[in-house]
Amino acid sequence: MKNRFLAGIAAAAVASLPLMVAAPALADVTIGVTVSSTGPGAALGIPLKNSVELWPTEVGGEKLKVIVLDDAGDPSTATTNARRFVNDDKVDVIVGSALTPASIAVAGVAAETSTPHLGCSPVPPNISKGKWTFIMPQDAGLIARNLFAKMKADGVKTVGYIGFSDSYGDLWMGQFKAIGEQYGLKVIADERYARPDTSVSGQVLKLVAARPDAVFVGASGTGAALPQIGLRERGFTGKIYQTHGAVTFDFLRIAGKAADNTVFASGPAMVPEGLPDSAETKPEGMAYVTAYEKKFGAGTRTQFGPHINDAMAILKKAIPIALKKAKPGTPEFRAALRDAIETGGPFPASQGVFNFKADDHLGLDDRAVVLLTAKNGKFELTK
Amino acid sequence: MTSNMKASLSANQEPGQNLSGIFRNRRNSLLDAMIAAFLIQDGITNGAVYALLGLALVLLFSVTRVIFIPQGEFVAYGALTLALLDGAKVPATISLLVSFGVIAFLLDLWGMRRGTDARTFLRSVGLNLVLPGAIYGITAALAPLGLPSVAKALLTVLIITPMGLYIYRIAYRPLADASVLVLLIASVGVHLAMMGLGLVFFGAEGLRAEPLADENYTVGMLMVSAQSLCIYGATIAIIVALYLFFERTLLGKALRATAVNRLGARLVGVRTHLTGVTAFTLAAAIGAVSGVLIGPITTIYYDTGFLIGLKGFVAAIIGGLGSFPITAIAAIGVGLVESFSSFFASSYKEVIVFGLIIPVLIWLSLSHAFHEEE
Repeated sequence: MKNRFLAGIAAAAVASLPLMVAAPALADVTIGVTVSSTGPGAALGIPLKNSVELWPTEVGGEKLKVIVLDDAGDPSTATTNARRFVNDDKVDVIVGSALTPASIAVAGVAAETSTPHLGCSPVPPNISKGKWTFIMPQDAGLIARNLFAKMKADGVKTVGYIGFSDSYGDLWMGQFKAIGEQYGLKVIADERYARPDTSVSGQVLKLVAARPDAVFVGASGTGAALPQIGLRERGFTGKIYQTHGAVTFDFLRIAGKAADNTVFASGPAMVPEGLPDSAETKPEGMAYVTAYEKKFGAGTRTQFGPHINDAMAILKKAIPIALKKAKPGTPEFRAALRDAIETGGPFPASQGVFNFKADDHLGLDDRAVVLLTAKNGKFELTK
Repeated sequence: MTSNMKASLSANQEPGQNLSGIFRNRRNSLLDAMIAAFLIQDGITNGAVYALLGLALVLLFSVTRVIFIPQGEFVAYGALTLALLDGAKVPATISLLVSFGVIAFLLDLWGMRRGTDARTFLRSVGLNLVLPGAIYGITAALAPLGLPSVAKALLTVLIITPMGLYIYRIAYRPLADASVLVLLIASVGVHLAMMGLGLVFFGAEGLRAEPLADENYTVGMLMVSAQSLCIYGATIAIIVALYLFFERTLLGKALRATAVNRLGARLVGVRTHLTGVTAFTLAAAIGAVSGVLIGPITTIYYDTGFLIGLKGFVAAIIGGLGSFPITAIAAIGVGLVESFSSFFASSYKEVIVFGLIIPVLIWLSLSHAFHEEE
């Protein structure tokens, strides 16, 4: 027993040896990335992880050292990862995670250890108010305002809602409750389903029978296709509105013809080709999408991957500012980097133009949202 | 939806009217009946698939005492394989199958390290290397040709079925005499491993297969799709086939004997490893068939199988993990409860479905004096 114990210690020591050797030389800028490349958030996390591979190797003359860990979308794993970044790797900035609960966990560690944090999922307002956390994705309010305005313009008055039976579904229903009335929208049916459900027939029947002017789907990825197909099968001919979470080519592949006559909100990075040349998001978007699809194949771009690109777009500008004040790997550098992110804007990126302020760590405006319609298996810009 | 339902929806209903009111409203009795009929049809379709899973779970538990959590993974693998074959792609499942075979062969070799005879060795080579190799060759040759849908379905079942055999060989045979609890823990491990492999081989996004048959038939006021008829037909056929297998064949009787009493069966000369292999192969085949049936009616992800499997498990629990007919009926019941609760209280659907287990467990624990076998 004792021998085994000693052997265990020896094994652990040997295993951690490469980590020690790999510990950063003090001058490198170290970035810790935690994303859910497995587990229920894998569809979001994998494009994020892939996008990290497109990052440059140095910024402002300093080498970048990037560590990517998988948190499986689990808050406790994300916490462990974030602590490892801070304690063992002495990172200067943490990026991630892909799912809201894990991002909240990372934000907690970032605040406690005074480490700048760029979150790649939407978070509740109390988290985005955190001093050290900045959020890359468009928040639900911004997307909802654009979609609701479009619904109003389309003459929609009554809405049937169907969404995930989790926080993502609640998020959009919350927007209807908060600001729906301002746009003259009344929700007359609120139905929920789970992504792995094999059927949404019951919910769809109820929606169709409530006869809304339009249906709003609060779901993401190919999971959003299930009610889309169900509604069309049951003869619903009204407009369907989808959130930016549904804007993936996999959605179009699954939904096929049923996706016609549907309006999607999206970040501009899904369709940089269609943007006018004057759009500030076009150069970053084109560069990112071209590089990503060159590496991972045509038609592989997603809504989520660009957040990683945008984190780097911000860091590229903020790191040189912070370098003037302190050396990487020190608390002073982390504080300087945080200040540079907060005050160094605007940062034109692929999903929008970030302009953070002390009381606004979301930083995006209407330039971060475009409206799309699905036609013949493609997304077309409507705005 | 038939056009007359659309018409009746618009004719009978005031805009904005709450549907729970409709069920109480007599004027709309036609609509009530129609919605109820839709829900029943939907419930039976899903219930039929749950029935297949429930039967496989009962079969495995009674013969091998394994509570086989990964049963749903066979369904997901089956559906995803079919969806990939639809795209005339070579499904990644075949490399998985070959890897499983190689691992099983290595385990066999380890077992033979103290000497063996040529026959055992050749049988192991044939079963673990030649068989998956042949399936690999057939699939790689046929898949890009764009097969007819029945051929794709058969090929899918052919690819998935041997996995049951290898999973038994790799994970459960070394534990054949362990307690139910140890076997359950092994099941959790196998489930996690298969789900992880599913993510690697199929990717994180869902796939949807093309239906085996595209036609729709109108029966009275209901529209019945050919796919759902396939589901009913296949479920009934499998139940009948299982019945004949258990009643009429020697192997089936050996399985039943093992289910009744493992030790006794071994004493009278039943090879319990053989019955274990048979049970797992059957379960994998049933899972693959379920996958082929359900793949075209919904979007399947690498991790969908678990939830579908759990619903089958609810049915199996109601059947006391021992009765085939009660499990089949309970599965239809689970499908119906799911379908109606998705209409009336969609946010609480899973709560209601899984809540079904609790009264059943209370009743079972009061009415039976349980004791661990052996």
